[in-house]
Amino acid sequence: MVNQKKILEINELETSFFSDDGKIAAVDHVNFDLHEGEILAIVGESGCGKSVTSLSIMGLVPSPPGKITNGEILLQGKDISKFSEKEMRKIRGNDIAMIFQEPMTSLNPLFTIGNQISEAILIHNKSWSKKQVRERAVEMLRLVGLPRAEELLNEYPHQLSGGMRQRVMIAMALVCNPKVLIADEPTTALDVTIQAQILKLIRELNDKFNTAVLMITHDLGVVAETCQRVIVMYAGQVVEEATVQEIFKNPKHPYTKGLIQSVPDMRYKKESLYSIPGNVPKPGSVKVGCRFAQRCEFATDRCLTENPALYELSSSHKSRCFLVEEEGGSVNGKESLVESK
Amino acid sequence: MEKKVLLKVSNLKKHFQIRSGMLGKESGSVKAVDDVSFEVFEGETLGIVGESGCGKSTTGKTLMRLIEPTDGTIEFDGKNITTLSKKEMRKARRDIQMVFQDPYASLNPRHKIRKILEEPLIVHGIGNAKERAEKVEKYLNIVGLSSYHADRYPHQFSGGQRQRIGIARALMTNPKLIIADEPVSALDVSIQAQVLNLMKELQEDLKLTYIFIAHDLGVVRHISNRVGVMYLGRMVELAQSESLYEEPLHPYTKALLSAVPIPDPDFAREQIILQGDIPSPSNPPTGCAFNTRCPYATQSCREQNPTLQEVKPGHFVACHLYEQVKQ
Repeated sequence: MVNQKKILEINELETSFFSDDGKIAAVDHVNFDLHEGEILAIVGESGCGKSVTSLSIMGLVPSPPGKITNGEILLQGKDISKFSEKEMRKIRGNDIAMIFQEPMTSLNPLFTIGNQISEAILIHNKSWSKKQVRERAVEMLRLVGLPRAEELLNEYPHQLSGGMRQRVMIAMALVCNPKVLIADEPTTALDVTIQAQILKLIRELNDKFNTAVLMITHDLGVVAETCQRVIVMYAGQVVEEATVQEIFKNPKHPYTKGLIQSVPDMRYKKESLYSIPGNVPKPGSVKVGCRFAQRCEFATDRCLTENPALYELSSSHKSRCFLVEEEGGSVNGKESLVESK
Repeated sequence: MEKKVLLKVSNLKKHFQIRSGMLGKESGSVKAVDDVSFEVFEGETLGIVGESGCGKSTTGKTLMRLIEPTDGTIEFDGKNITTLSKKEMRKARRDIQMVFQDPYASLNPRHKIRKILEEPLIVHGIGNAKERAEKVEKYLNIVGLSSYHADRYPHQFSGGQRQRIGIARALMTNPKLIIADEPVSALDVSIQAQVLNLMKELQEDLKLTYIFIAHDLGVVRHISNRVGVMYLGRMVELAQSESLYEEPLHPYTKALLSAVPIPDPDFAREQIILQGDIPSPSNPPTGCAFNTRCPYATQSCREQNPTLQEVKPGHFVACHLYEQVKQ
């Protein structure tokens, strides 16, 4: 994994929302890299900043009230966070594509499937003939496993089921062979049997085209089945980063541990589930100390007064917890900046 | 010890009519619940699982007669409640309460928590003002909230807390049976675990019986004693939860269980990936409803609808594959 080329680098990203109460950082100095051909998961509960991170990469943060207030997003070395809207349009769909949670609302109900896929093709390939566009659209629909591709071009979104619509969304996203696919909760609105189909499709496409996938999800089961590396977010920060093996077998951050333990695993019946006490803090409410300290059973005085950095245990495993520092975790270059702030 | 049957559902049907054309002629019907029978024993949790459109929520609402059944009988505590008048039914609901999925939509945003919790008591004429106030306090404490929360509005609570309020409201009339329709699916995992543990504790302390309707198979296994699987308006399998999860018999149950993502990267298994989508309930296939997606479907599956039969003690399945086994 380490030898692989970085396709996307997120450095010190801070995305804030401005309200009457002042600036609130929904994404707070987040760092991570996405390598060529890998599937990386961002996991976390509602409000942890995982969706805002993905919208920041796409340049789709609603502004106002939102704004990228710090950091850079490097796509193959170029900082796209500074791009103009016009430049971003060339990137979106062409280099980075996104699929959303709600296949029902992300397709336009007034246009046929063919219309919508052709639009995605034509935006980036203006010179293509009608016939070429149509052929490409049919090819994509077949690729994502949709039957009757030619007929589907003339149908409207409401004529399709949820799973089929999500397949159309994936076809649209992949139509220009993007290097990065961001999938924001792609199967949350779908039933389990359909979810299994879509996850299999994403794995196959990742394999076939070497498209890097950034999978945003709250479901640890989906993470275990599709991803190679995992980033756990809590209250706007990355709290742990590791390979999928390490996250599940040797989690270091108390939040990650709690999260894994609180999932009811279908294979066993437990008398009582582990539950993390309390609630996720409101964004911006924890000013000093570890953001998880209020709910953490290992919290000490230090956790309430000092901000933990993202300590590195090995080149592939990082955790934002003082316990890891005591175990010998060190702070590397990028991160030391955060702590000194 | 013979277990007491608290709720007995026989041949329950709910068909919604489809009207079309200018005169609104009946052009067909959606068989949301089609000939479903089961029993619920006192003190147990019966889980009902299935994918969207399988009729699990309609079943739940029909049991309370929030939706009137088209056919079939529902016996609660030995009494047939399908023939009760609206007024009598309202009284009967004192013993059957419901917890809903969306804690944001099921609490009136303009009422304080006190009013929301007192309302079932007022409707059923229980206690005077003082007793009601005491009860509100008592149940807020039982579900893990504090007495001062009574004077707040729903928007001041988080999703998990709102679901606790929804549970407290259901408990106010000391019901025997609680029908919980996807009570934790709108909550985050860490909060979901809190609410599930609370529901389990309450069941032991207050001797409650639950019907737990959900799509998340992990959650259902965790809370249920017995589990029923629904597909396209029919109950296709019903068994003790251990036996259903360890040895599923119906091909649909097998596929459903194998499709659930397991939070363990080392877990290897053969996934059965079903082809296609659930057929439309307004135009279900003839014969077994699952025959269009079933890898084992035979001619008889396309012609005859299998009935739910007990193939092992306590394990019911509606599938032609098991009929020979029994004979």
